Amino acid sequence: MNLEVPRARDGRAPDVFTPGGWVPMAQFGDDEAVDFAIVGTGAGGATLAARLAEAGFSVVALDAGPFWRPLDEFASDELAQQKLYWTDRRLTAGRDPLALGANNSGRGVGGSTVHFAMVSLRFRPEWFKARSRLGYGVDWPLGYDDIRPYYREVEQALKIAGPVRYPWGPLRGPYPYRPHEVNAPGLVLARGAEALGVKWAATPLATVSAPRGRSPPCVNRGFCVYGCATNAKQSALVVWIPRALAAGAEIRDLAMVTRVEIDRSGAARGLHYVREGRRRFQRARNVVVAGYAIETPRLLLNSADARFPDGLSNSSGLVGANLMTHAGRSVWATYAEEVRWYKGPPSLAITEHWNYADAGKPSPGGYAVMSQGPLPMGWAQAVVDGRGLWGMALREEMAKYNHMAGLTPVCETEPRPQNRVELADETDAFGLKIPRVTFSYSEADRALEGHAVGFMRDLLEAAGGRDLWTSNDTSHILGTCRMGADPKTSVVDADGRSWDIPNLWICDGSLFPTSGGVNPSLTIQALACRMADRIGALARQGTLSRERAPA
Amino acid sequence: MKTPYPRYDVLAKWGSPSFNDATREALAARLAAPPPFRFFTGDDAILLQAVVDRLLPQPDREIPIPVAAWVDDYLFEGRDQGFRDARLPPLHESWRRALSAIDHEAKRRFQAGFSALAPEQQDAVLSAVQAGDVDAEAWGDLDAADFFRDDLLTTAAQHYYAQPAAWSEIGFGGPASPRGYVRMGADERDPWEAPPEERS
Repeated sequence: MNLEVPRARDGRAPDVFTPGGWVPMAQFGDDEAVDFAIVGTGAGGATLAARLAEAGFSVVALDAGPFWRPLDEFASDELAQQKLYWTDRRLTAGRDPLALGANNSGRGVGGSTVHFAMVSLRFRPEWFKARSRLGYGVDWPLGYDDIRPYYREVEQALKIAGPVRYPWGPLRGPYPYRPHEVNAPGLVLARGAEALGVKWAATPLATVSAPRGRSPPCVNRGFCVYGCATNAKQSALVVWIPRALAAGAEIRDLAMVTRVEIDRSGAARGLHYVREGRRRFQRARNVVVAGYAIETPRLLLNSADARFPDGLSNSSGLVGANLMTHAGRSVWATYAEEVRWYKGPPSLAITEHWNYADAGKPSPGGYAVMSQGPLPMGWAQAVVDGRGLWGMALREEMAKYNHMAGLTPVCETEPRPQNRVELADETDAFGLKIPRVTFSYSEADRALEGHAVGFMRDLLEAAGGRDLWTSNDTSHILGTCRMGADPKTSVVDADGRSWDIPNLWICDGSLFPTSGGVNPSLTIQALACRMADRIGALARQGTLSRERAPA
Repeated sequence: MKTPYPRYDVLAKWGSPSFNDATREALAARLAAPPPFRFFTGDDAILLQAVVDRLLPQPDREIPIPVAAWVDDYLFEGRDQGFRDARLPPLHESWRRALSAIDHEAKRRFQAGFSALAPEQQDAVLSAVQAGDVDAEAWGDLDAADFFRDDLLTTAAQHYYAQPAAWSEIGFGGPASPRGYVRMGADERDPWEAPPEERS
């Protein structure tokens, strides 16, 4: 089977729940001006596509990658599943150049939620007012109360499995599904946390702990970050995409968007894209860019024209700026017992202690700490990075695999304008300039990461670990088209709507003004749900665009 | 090397509910005859083989895991993660230059090419590369220590630990679909996992 042939076409799309199966799909002509053309079908784009289609808008969502059938095509294998990553050419720069192309990327319908670790956490309420309440970064143009109902909506939509009473933050009632059994590496975290007197919890996860529709309960395969082969994982591919299709949206897989076209009045008129080797143009009344924090600014910059020579929606000069990541230096330790950390979702236990405690930190940001379960290839990479071992010494160290446990933080970094996505001079196969991603940690970032490492060391030792060492990594990429209240200091408003082009929207992790100390997917989906409701409200007010929208 | 799990073979589960067709298909290709050297050829292929043999020595295996052949295949097929440090040449060029610089370092220290050296001498060369204690001119804009860690050693180690024989050696459960795991606690194991370790 040639995987590079689109599947979602001719009025049908893959049914992810049936081997070889299909579901009917609406189809729109390229010349038909759809209400919304969406670039990207990950946590932002797929969620928005479903919610807009359910509200009665006509929607076409395009993704550069394939439309997988997990039941047929996902191997229990780290190497084979590298196919889930975005590996187009990119340059990485700065004092602390980011590794790209693996965990922080995704290529395919569902985006990186197909291989995410399913950790589904809310932001601490004060983070939405980071500048005015905590004294760092910037304030978001919305507050926790604006997004709270959408957190609840997404937690229900994904049937998050988590504790009855989550120990941090505002009361949120029980999570929809009971928590998963905490595995041995998670119990190491629990033991250490209790010895230190800090709270811990079963991590709220987007993989079901009981049957849900056609998703069976999680069977603890442990390959979650290489794609779930059973559909227990509540990725965008199995939650929002089927909803979008059922509501009449069209999904176009293997469709690479190359440019957003702006008409003479300064409004977006549609998308240029390449599918099956043909250059095509989809007309649209509104365009949404949801390609995540590298491809979204790249597309806006590559769409520069005579009217917008610096790229679209870039009157602030901030498209691509303020890139943030989550620092993730891990600490590893050896235990007397057999841990066998390959079983179960990789991060079954968490402490958000330092997201909610303010005294005693070197800088005001926060971090969550979670248990880990790397598989052999990933583990070899950590051992090489952290220990530099090779020869028989490497094989001897690797043979301790079943006695290891460790912790990784999701450690906030500050928004800084010099960390950014720009266009390089090199071009890709489509003739588009490739992105250049520049990142350096600030002193505050380094200090906070150092604090996290110290805390994780104390915790692992308190749990009985010995021979502690660390390895370096980063995770999510955020912030390159920040939302804000002022057109001079932000790219879009609180609804994700461009300040410069009223029918151009952004819906992904690039919106984040600050990064918070948690995995971003729940917040991206909550923002998408809120955006869909706001678009509906604007349409009812008649202020969505100059053209007609459904009542 | 003595594995803690001498009686465990992850491939014994090939026909069990721990393996599905997608997994069997991926592994069958990996277990078939090693791919031919196509990126590095001739003396360069012999050099890559000699370097990888010291990074992942397998004196205990009758049939060693063909790590060098898979590293070459990875380079030839362009299966890397697509990004590169803006200061560095493209990946392919980096590998060619680095291998040639390792050979240069061998000649500088021991007056013979790397593949002609005794294992202890080869290890001395690789230790020098890892420490960045090399003739920097031969490396150009490459940093020897960074290349050793991030490219050479990481790539070799990943291709070793992508193989079922390596999974058996460390007691990894291996493929787990559709059947996953039930017993999750410390010192607990399902009957289809590696038996308790045997440490002498």
